[in-house]
Amino acid sequence: MRTKQLRVAGVLVATFAIVLSACSSSATTAPSAPSASGSAAAATCPSGSTQIEVQSWWTTGGESTGLQKLFDAFNAANPGLCAYNAAIAGGAGTAAQAVIKSRTLAGNPPDTFQVHMGHELLDTYVNLSGGSVLAPLDSSVIDPSKFPAGVVSIISGKDGKIYTVPMNIHRANVLWYNKKVFSDNNLTPPTTWDEFNTTAATLKAKGITPLAVGDNGIWAYGMVFETILISELGADGFNGLWTGATKWDDPKVTAALNELKTVTGFINADHNSLSWDQANQLVIDGKAAMTIMGDWANGDYVAKNFTGYGWAAAPGNDKIYQALADSFPLPAKAPHPDAVKKLLAFMASQQGQDIFNPYKGSIPARIDAGNPPAGQQQYNDYQKSAMAEWKTDTVVPSMEHGAAAAPAWKSAIEAALTTFETGLDVAATQTALAAAAKDAGF
Amino acid sequence: MRRLTRDRLFAIVLLAPAIVAVTIFVYGMIAWTGWVSLSKANDLSFDMSWNGLANYESIFASIRFQIDLRNLVVFTVFFVGISLVIGIVLANMLDRKIRAEGFFRSVILFPMAISFIVTGVVWKWLLTPTAGVNVLLGLDPASNRWFTDPTVIHLGTDSPAGKILSDLGLGALASTEFGIPVALFSLVIAAVWQMSGFVMALYLAGLRGIPDELREAARVDGASEWQVFRRVILPLLTPVTVTSVIILGHISLKIYDLQQAMTKAGPGFATDFPSAFMWQTAFTDNAFAKGAAVGIVMLVLVATLIVPYLAWSRGQETE
Repeated sequence: MRTKQLRVAGVLVATFAIVLSACSSSATTAPSAPSASGSAAAATCPSGSTQIEVQSWWTTGGESTGLQKLFDAFNAANPGLCAYNAAIAGGAGTAAQAVIKSRTLAGNPPDTFQVHMGHELLDTYVNLSGGSVLAPLDSSVIDPSKFPAGVVSIISGKDGKIYTVPMNIHRANVLWYNKKVFSDNNLTPPTTWDEFNTTAATLKAKGITPLAVGDNGIWAYGMVFETILISELGADGFNGLWTGATKWDDPKVTAALNELKTVTGFINADHNSLSWDQANQLVIDGKAAMTIMGDWANGDYVAKNFTGYGWAAAPGNDKIYQALADSFPLPAKAPHPDAVKKLLAFMASQQGQDIFNPYKGSIPARIDAGNPPAGQQQYNDYQKSAMAEWKTDTVVPSMEHGAAAAPAWKSAIEAALTTFETGLDVAATQTALAAAAKDAGF
Repeated sequence: MRRLTRDRLFAIVLLAPAIVAVTIFVYGMIAWTGWVSLSKANDLSFDMSWNGLANYESIFASIRFQIDLRNLVVFTVFFVGISLVIGIVLANMLDRKIRAEGFFRSVILFPMAISFIVTGVVWKWLLTPTAGVNVLLGLDPASNRWFTDPTVIHLGTDSPAGKILSDLGLGALASTEFGIPVALFSLVIAAVWQMSGFVMALYLAGLRGIPDELREAARVDGASEWQVFRRVILPLLTPVTVTSVIILGHISLKIYDLQQAMTKAGPGFATDFPSAFMWQTAFTDNAFAKGAAVGIVMLVLVATLIVPYLAWSRGQETE
């Protein structure tokens, strides 16, 4: 009896130890990650060199390769300087962003870091009650005449100065489709949302999911809503949503929500348990006909060796290029400001952009880039077509990817859409969207 | 006397690092968070000037936070309740001096050696409507949607009970605001699977501590087996029950990892909790003061559970 009690007690002590270790390990993983990866990357720098810590959330695939190629070229051209990628994985960048913000608050920022261009940058770091925590960039670093006006306006603070270097451009409003499904059913990609509704009804009647959405993060659903808004409002009207010129209680926003309600009836039933790439897989497998996603989907098709895909602007989005970009700013308290300026100038140059972007699957933000030197990775067909459109299309910002609205406003819009997706209450959602704009100061 | 002082000095020296660390990193941080929650530090300028209770008003006015609090109550009630029932049933089964008891005890305990992240991923696979459980049991994915089901069970203000509540001016109790989200049950299943073995171990230890003489005496007095359990065993297990409720309760109130691995708050906000809201408010929206306010509300919730327990266990010790 006695020994049995002891044994049970032993089991209990062991279980408590497990509980404790489980608690402590989950608590320590986040803060320990940056130092671990940072020191590992810094180890590749020669001793005595000035190490430029670049904090990103690019840890794998073409994006980390592209960044490394960029650093290799920069480090070779600048003896004594060594840029390295202090990457933090996880949560599509949210883990890295939390670390960067904490470090900035503590007055110990990295030399430069990855941040979405637009209001995510401006409203987090620049337009603050206590003044910018970033330093403005002069023309020796970035030449604004080489970037489209739509980009320059959302990398400039209220003082008109430029605060970040956009590295790349991704397009958000693209319709991807399975060519075989469309040809088997004698269909063509819809160019308006009315056409979409007809096409989708045909597909649904044949047991094919018309539109694949993977919104276990609500942003994928938000991107569909944005393309409908662009279609209803046009480029100027859509831009006006983010400046107060277009009101969120506008009848056209009502129409957009009604269309979103219709579209929601055409998406896969398991949408909220899938990620965007799992939804993409439905298109590859022919179980779904279309998906609306940013052009990183192109990289997903390439990586999965699938060639039977086609692309078009999202319905009603022709000649409008909804852009998002990763960019790199100069923190006011960066440890090595002069070295960072050299790196940023290289990132803003034609050469730097053409080294990085073929790997990343995006296109250069500079309008005069697009010709990587021979012997380097070249742009693929999708990228070439996107570059042609980038030079001629009207540029509008992406809300879901930080360009159009402040983070808190985006969260409020996402909260309204999250509720809308399950209840499909157009009037209540529009009220919530209008309230969100009011809270954001518009 | 000299020996005692030396002993005491030694004890103080040994304890000092822990006391300093706990003072700074636990109580200091709590005080700092409390202070931030009363400030205007809602961007990276970190303006620490006085803002009163404005941040608390803002979060309590947020519909999402109201949903979070409802979810937290529903999840805690079902998770703790079901874990206790399953734990006590398993403990009683193992207490029958069955063969291979050690084997079964280990098997039932093993899930709690896994982190909630792993549990969440595995149960997400198992409960995905188009795979796992539905396929195994031949259930229709369209009607068995598990954690993707957006339904919120509620009385409805048109139902007979709802009408009575409306007449009493408590109509809100019959609406979705006080409903039970179906998707939460998938999280409850995963959490119960992980933690009921732990409750079983606690109860088993408790049962082993009850002398057989007590049961025999009750049986001699003519009590049925159920009466023995209900009137003799269960009251003697009260300390174990209280301990279990405290341990499970504080895990439940702080739940984050399981939800992140399984549902990421969806569908809608059916499985959202204050912890996820706190993270998003502070680190995505840069509203650090509001995030701190959510943290303080969570602390108060846990404290309402823990403080009475500490008082109660002190009372037990002095008895």
